[in-house]
Amino acid sequence: MSDEHQETTSEGPLPVASIDDPHMREAVGNPRRAENSIALFLVLGILGVGVFGAAYVQNWKPWTLGVSLGLGLFFLGFGLSAWGKYLMPQGPFSEARHALHSARAEREAISAALVERTGVVIRRRGMLGGLLATGFGIFGIVAIFPGLRSLGPLPGLTLTKTNWRRGSLLVDANGRAIHRDTLDPGGIVTVFPAGYEDNTQSQAVDQTVLIRVQFTDLVTEKGRATWAPEGYVAYSKLCTHAGCPVGLYERQLRLLVCPCHQSMFNIDDGAVPEFGPAPRPLPQLPLYIDALGFLRAQAPYDQPVGPGYWERTTT
Amino acid sequence: MSLAAPRTKRQAKSARGSYGRVGQVIDELDDRLGIAKGGRVFLDKIFPDHWSFLLGEIALYSFIVLIATGVFLTLYYVPSQTEVIYHGAYAPLRGLKVSEAYASTVNLSLFVRAGLLMRQMHHWAADVFLGAIVIHMARIFFTGAFRKPRELNWTIGLTLLTLSLANGFIGYSLPDDLISGTGLRIMFSIVLSIPFVGTYIAFWLFGGNYPGTVIIPRLFIIHVLILPAIIAALIGAHLFLLVRQKHTQFPGKGRTADNVVGSPMYPTFMAKTTGYMFMVTAVLTVLGGIAQINPIWQFGQYQPAKISYAVQPDWYMGWLDGALRIMPSWEFTAWGHTIPFVVLLPAVVFPGLIFTICYAWPAIERRFTGDNDIHHLLDRPRDRPKRTAAGAAMIALMLTLLGASATDVLANFFQVSLNEVLWTFRILVFIVPIVVGVFTWRICLEIQGGGADIGKRKRALIVTRSATGEYRTVETAPQPDDQHEELEPIEVPVKIDMTESDGDTAGEPGVRTVSR
Amino acid sequence: MPSPAQAAERAVGELDDRVGIAKGGRKVLDHIFPDHWSFMLGELAMYSFIVLVATGIFLTLYYVPSGSKLIYHGVYRPLDGQQMTDSYASTMHISFGVRAGLLVRQMHHWAADVFIGSIIVHMLRIFFTSAYRRPRDTNWVIGTSMLLLAIFNGYLGYSMPDDLMSGSGVRIGYSIMESIPFVGSYLVFFIFGGPYPRESVFIPRFFIVHVLIIPLLIIGLLGAHLMLVMRQKHTQWPGKHRTYRNVVGHPLWPNFAAKSAGLMLMVAGVLGLMGAFFQIDPIWQFGPYAASHASDAAQPDWYMLWLEGALRLMPNWEISGLGHTFVAVVFIPAVLMPALTFLGMYLLPAVERRLVPGQRPLQLLIPPRRRPVHTAVGVGAVTFYGLLTVAGTDDVLANFFHISLPDVVMTLQIAVVVLPFVAGTVAWLLCHDLERTTVPRVTRQPAVVVPSPRGGYELKVEEPTACLEDPEPIPVPASLVPSPVKDPPGSRANGQGDLDGEFAGAGDVDGDGRARHRSAERRDQAQER
Repeated sequence: MSDEHQETTSEGPLPVASIDDPHMREAVGNPRRAENSIALFLVLGILGVGVFGAAYVQNWKPWTLGVSLGLGLFFLGFGLSAWGKYLMPQGPFSEARHALHSARAEREAISAALVERTGVVIRRRGMLGGLLATGFGIFGIVAIFPGLRSLGPLPGLTLTKTNWRRGSLLVDANGRAIHRDTLDPGGIVTVFPAGYEDNTQSQAVDQTVLIRVQFTDLVTEKGRATWAPEGYVAYSKLCTHAGCPVGLYERQLRLLVCPCHQSMFNIDDGAVPEFGPAPRPLPQLPLYIDALGFLRAQAPYDQPVGPGYWERTTT
Repeated sequence: MSLAAPRTKRQAKSARGSYGRVGQVIDELDDRLGIAKGGRVFLDKIFPDHWSFLLGEIALYSFIVLIATGVFLTLYYVPSQTEVIYHGAYAPLRGLKVSEAYASTVNLSLFVRAGLLMRQMHHWAADVFLGAIVIHMARIFFTGAFRKPRELNWTIGLTLLTLSLANGFIGYSLPDDLISGTGLRIMFSIVLSIPFVGTYIAFWLFGGNYPGTVIIPRLFIIHVLILPAIIAALIGAHLFLLVRQKHTQFPGKGRTADNVVGSPMYPTFMAKTTGYMFMVTAVLTVLGGIAQINPIWQFGQYQPAKISYAVQPDWYMGWLDGALRIMPSWEFTAWGHTIPFVVLLPAVVFPGLIFTICYAWPAIERRFTGDNDIHHLLDRPRDRPKRTAAGAAMIALMLTLLGASATDVLANFFQVSLNEVLWTFRILVFIVPIVVGVFTWRICLEIQGGGADIGKRKRALIVTRSATGEYRTVETAPQPDDQHEELEPIEVPVKIDMTESDGDTAGEPGVRTVSR
Repeated sequence: MPSPAQAAERAVGELDDRVGIAKGGRKVLDHIFPDHWSFMLGELAMYSFIVLVATGIFLTLYYVPSGSKLIYHGVYRPLDGQQMTDSYASTMHISFGVRAGLLVRQMHHWAADVFIGSIIVHMLRIFFTSAYRRPRDTNWVIGTSMLLLAIFNGYLGYSMPDDLMSGSGVRIGYSIMESIPFVGSYLVFFIFGGPYPRESVFIPRFFIVHVLIIPLLIIGLLGAHLMLVMRQKHTQWPGKHRTYRNVVGHPLWPNFAAKSAGLMLMVAGVLGLMGAFFQIDPIWQFGPYAASHASDAAQPDWYMLWLEGALRLMPNWEISGLGHTFVAVVFIPAVLMPALTFLGMYLLPAVERRLVPGQRPLQLLIPPRRRPVHTAVGVGAVTFYGLLTVAGTDDVLANFFHISLPDVVMTLQIAVVVLPFVAGTVAWLLCHDLERTTVPRVTRQPAVVVPSPRGGYELKVEEPTACLEDPEPIPVPASLVPSPVKDPPGSRANGQGDLDGEFAGAGDVDGDGRARHRSAERRDQAQER
């Protein structure tokens, strides 16, 4: 068998080195000490992984698991690396870097195989090639359909709608209706249309922040004179930038702040963005107070809530 | 379609870069990867033509279909045993408590566009995949293609079969419907039956006592990630070895142990095999489209206390089910421990034994024949009567067990008592393999005795009387297809002289000419 | 009883009979890897990835990718009775109910951070040493794809627990996709199965993409990456005996294998220690995701901060008209900017090749100082993305330094435009300075004044006498003979050095000081042109 090998290797005899060759020496001058140090590391590693086993079986604290396993693996690894670095033939060794490319004849040969054999096939049977390409092409396109369209519905008008209706009762997250006395000036609460407060799906679009401001501070926008009875203003809680809930309320600065990208909305002035990347004011929900003193919506939002998208119509 | 080279064939010979854009791309790739030489060897790689060499390809292409449809299914399936009240669109289930796994499977079957097609294709593809593997392995076995140097690929193939069986069973369990839940229950019992460690393994696997809440998510990740990754890697190794060792071939004209005769990879084999892939996909698509399989919305959600009549697993689990059914109810209890032989023997020991024999077969045969040579030419089954008999007996055993998995259906159908059917199978399972084995062995010897002409078409005999009154019997002149003559195989030419005539097919690489 | 050597030979023989591995196998074992600390960065990334896969498989056995709601009654008391998704509850179970669960979860998270970090540092090394040049441009493209996939998968993984932080991240991701003109709203409806949040759809989907599809793509690319490294052989720094036509270092077996396997264990060990000591993503403190809750100081993982910072610094432009809205404020920083970034990275080798013509395939690395303009561009880019990363934490900065947030943002907006140019210029000047003042290494060898034959004196550089510290490299010997052999045939690299001059074209540097200067001059000329 070994004779066969000698025959098959055409590159002549393989290089042989003497064990006394300086290249074969270990890389450190004092291998004895290196060996001892490495042995120490390996023993530490063994201890570490052993302790990990014990810690696991005994169900010690999680950090003991991490420390024992981590140190164990580290020391094992360190010992192994050090062995490789200091106690193996120091070399240096070199390897010839042959040009990667094949001979020109070989290059031509593969091009020929691709071009000429294809030429033989397709030139003779051009129609078949065309039909096959058409078939594969159509299949490639139709194969995308189940891969994409099955995944979800078409948006339609879904993005423009919330569950707020004319006359929707405002309730907080626990379902309690909001009375005209619920909030003092400066107070804030997140509200939902009654009946939808438990549904994450609708929470995501319906969430509205209700703030009671001093009536005198309020800058009434055109056409919104009746929207904020007794200083109760309601804005969509969805940031018009990237849709995070506008959850931070700066009472002194009279700002609603989005925690994600720090857009700031002026609560006295129709939630106009004062700072940050939000491009639009938060949509305002028109409110009224019913005969029993509970807050209700006059109408749905007059525009889509949340961030912009291509089909969003101009407001 | 614009092929520069054929049109400029005159210049093509002299000028550099004569292969247009293809040549440029090859040059750039070769600069970086040095692929020109190896690439051409690959393009020229010869695949022998024989219908039986296509069986492995069926398995490969079924696997590709499995992956494609499987990826689709993962986007809709929810691997969770959390119970929810069904509010989906399937009216009969509304208001019932179902697991999320079941609800999502019903939903993807009935309300996701193309969902049912994909699910049924996936199920059919699994059945075909395993079937193709088994038949492919039978071909390998009977032709002796597992012999040195290909034992490694036989081992890889067997591992592929084992893993695919496991993954098929797991996939079957994922919808959490009544039938699959029953299968899981049986699996739990089988694992429990293993002495010493069974209880621990079962509890670790299921995260506690049956059914627990974690088995579906766990089986899911095993089904979609861990086993497929291993299977894909093994298929890679399988194909790598196939290319490296080159394909076996049947002996014939010009076919020696030192060559492979057939069609080159490019373009002949590539066209054939790509077309073949589409055909396999097509068959599976048609099956998925018209042949209902595993209609889980009819079975209903799995509940541990419910069971359905005629619960049958997929065909490839049938032999294990059959073995479980016909096993006598032995159980061994002593020293505070129980060994349930009734489960352990048929469901753990028996398949273990079968697979061990399969794994060991190349070594067993090597020991008996003392044949340690390298083989590249295939055996004809009749020339190896003992091996062929052993294989036939094994297949007979498996089929008998498969039949035994339908004892209840058979008893019902033939109106006999289940007990009688059971005993019949207990006897048959020993007798049938022996009979089949002996029979096969005899047949092989008979065919061997048939002489060299066997398999060739008989020619009509004509009895003539000569002028002198002498009777002579002569054969008719050879008809087309009586015997085909092949050209001597040549190496794939590096270049084709494109200036030659267009219409003549003779002498082209890979084209077999039949003389008439 | 055969000796181990005989047994090994027999096993190799049997395998060689079947697969023919002897020759190729020995070449692999003899494959030379050059030694330099900066070549370890890629290994660091690979070993973090291995830790990611190992810990990830552990996590998949416990994690339940489901968005259905349940009432929590687990071991963590403060959340008892709260409504949450299955995925959050199962992550809580991993953290508190599964032995070693928290450790593995934190190791997984840290490994992801280290993975992406080491990919980026590795790519910076490649960039600044020009190693992305032909023939390794293919590998640069593969590496860029892996970075892209890794960042994307990191984001998906971060979204898995469905806690308040990750939910906010998903919400922002949704808005970002929604902002894409023409197809945005269709895209989000397909991906999320409807309007936000649809946890029951997107959590299982993100899960399968996170654990199956992207990891497989990364593994495939990683395989190709390593295959190319082996095939094209590693680059090396110019130096003594290191030429265009060789690789000097240590063989795969046993030196490199030991060192590299040791490194893998060390990486795993360090990640284990990080998982033990440094808390990361304590989801029980954030609580389950609720659409109307938001938390202050919500920061994504570090590798997403540049996008977060870009989103924060972008002026609030939005253009509406003709019934459509172009959400520039989100689209430009979060879609267009990263797309252009990665496009730039993909095209880098081709563009550079066009700008600096006449390159030969690169085998010897170019020190950054030798290419001032190139280095300046890199430093400028690093500054730009670094500042964006800083901007991703602007609220924390403002809090910490007690500056008003608008001031911080304004400062950063200006800095992100101006500082890259400043940093680039400084880098350029530094490179020029270094290049001018660096003494060629060759003069460090002892020189003596000797009388010349013509009667004058001349400076003669002494031949190095002892080679022990820097011996001439030899090919890896196939076998060792125990007795000293005078001149073993073929054990010396012959003809080394004669190619230096020939191959020292633009960008090719070797140990020869003169050649190095010549090539530097040529490059300067090329740049002037």
